[in-house]
Amino acid sequence: MPVAKPAAAPSKPIRAKVVPIYSEFHPRWYRPRVSVYWWLGQWQYLKFILRELSSVFVAAFVVVTLFQLRALRQGPEAYARFQHWMQTPFAIALSVISFFFVMLHTITWFNLAPRAMPIRVRGKRVPEFLVAAPNYVIWLVVSVAVAWLVLK
Amino acid sequence: MSMERQSNEAFFWMLFSAGGVVAAILIPIHLLLFGLAFPLGWLHAPTYDHLMGLVRSPLVRVYLFVLCSLPLFHWAHRFRYTLYDGLQVKHLNEVIFTLCYGGAVAGTLLTGYMLWTMH
Amino acid sequence: MADKITLEIARYSPEQDVKPSFATYEVPVYKEWVVLDALNHIKDKVDGSLTYRWSCRMGICGSCGMMVNGEPKLACATFLSSYAHNGNKIRVEPLRYFPVIRDLVTELSDFLVKLKKVKPWLIRKEKPALGQGEFLQTPDQLENYKQFSMCINCTLCYSACPVVGLDPIFVGPAAIALAQRYNMDSRDQGADERIAVLAHPEGIWGCTFVGECTRVCPKHVDPAGAIQQYKLRAVMDWVKSFVMPRAS
Repeated sequence: MPVAKPAAAPSKPIRAKVVPIYSEFHPRWYRPRVSVYWWLGQWQYLKFILRELSSVFVAAFVVVTLFQLRALRQGPEAYARFQHWMQTPFAIALSVISFFFVMLHTITWFNLAPRAMPIRVRGKRVPEFLVAAPNYVIWLVVSVAVAWLVLK
Repeated sequence: MSMERQSNEAFFWMLFSAGGVVAAILIPIHLLLFGLAFPLGWLHAPTYDHLMGLVRSPLVRVYLFVLCSLPLFHWAHRFRYTLYDGLQVKHLNEVIFTLCYGGAVAGTLLTGYMLWTMH
Repeated sequence: MADKITLEIARYSPEQDVKPSFATYEVPVYKEWVVLDALNHIKDKVDGSLTYRWSCRMGICGSCGMMVNGEPKLACATFLSSYAHNGNKIRVEPLRYFPVIRDLVTELSDFLVKLKKVKPWLIRKEKPALGQGEFLQTPDQLENYKQFSMCINCTLCYSACPVVGLDPIFVGPAAIALAQRYNMDSRDQGADERIAVLAHPEGIWGCTFVGECTRVCPKHVDPAGAIQQYKLRAVMDWVKSFVMPRAS
């Protein structure tokens, strides 16, 4: 009985640098490169990148707080100078923009966190806003506590 | 990627998550007060003595340490991946990794030093 | 609703072209027609060389995924009438982030390799004797993984995920969701076998929770949720390996 010949193994895809030729056993695939501006292509991608960039403003807040701590260490005059700097237009602008991005971080974080922990009560899945709600409550309570301590 | 890195990513994601929670809950009110309300005069700024009184307490120092160090690790992880995906510089991952986490570690050490030697 | 609509379809012939070009076809609009009907109309009556995959025409086989006006969609589940008033044009391209073999047909072996890597089947360490009967599973145990079992491997999520396009080693949403489907199955004992693939830096950690995969999934599998759940599980596994080192 004749034995079937094994099929020729497919060769590696041809790189575009060579003059394109048609290989009999392997078609030339089209493989576009993802543009560096991929995140501008869709509104959802842009929203995602903005959310990720919020981490930069989180870090900026920490840096400013470290300056605040340093000013506290150096005495009342240094702290007054720090407070004065915080009133400059640059600092106010930075604070406004940072506040927007930090709020973006907080809200997206609380809304997305329930997806990592599916909670089931008596077999049924607890709806996501019910899992997210306690986070908001804790946030409110802690914020009020911090404000009270600072303003007292 | 080496087998070593296999489990370590879980550790960095854990730090990122912890930092994200701290940043989400604590940073808004701090930014609102010290960044906007006090400089713009919406509320009376606390006096130097009041703030130093707060900072002298060990509990507040621990709180400030957490406030300043964990969000830095959150930034390090997130920014690292934003660079990989946004600028497509994955081939520089050793450099990026060192700069990001190095920055976070440096910030943490600086915070710890300042809070430890505050009087 | 207009009675005709224009389709701009990406054409690519590996023998002749170096990159795709667009061909325009006019297609009648009927209330119940989907993009797949339009493609079949073109292939039957206008241009027989148009090449695309399809099979069940009812959203269960996962063959007919393509980009419709920049969105990954199943051609059999996208109605022409929803585009008929939007300037009357539909742009049809092959699924993003996959090599294109011809026209609207993509090369899926990368996905299939990644799928196989996560071992999407029931793994048993101890196999009970046949005489012991079937595995029993309560409805609650079924609920734990049922959502992830709805995946039809259509790879729309791969086309929605930017990390898939940017990182060739990233395992991808559907593969991780299917791995989680088996991890959560009470009959399965293979979670530790899957961890080696998934806990790899490029296994799941490439995921930055963009969330697009869940948005485009036609079966509401929520692969993004599966991935985040797996991240938590991997962290707990890592902590356990420190606190209670596994015997090698």
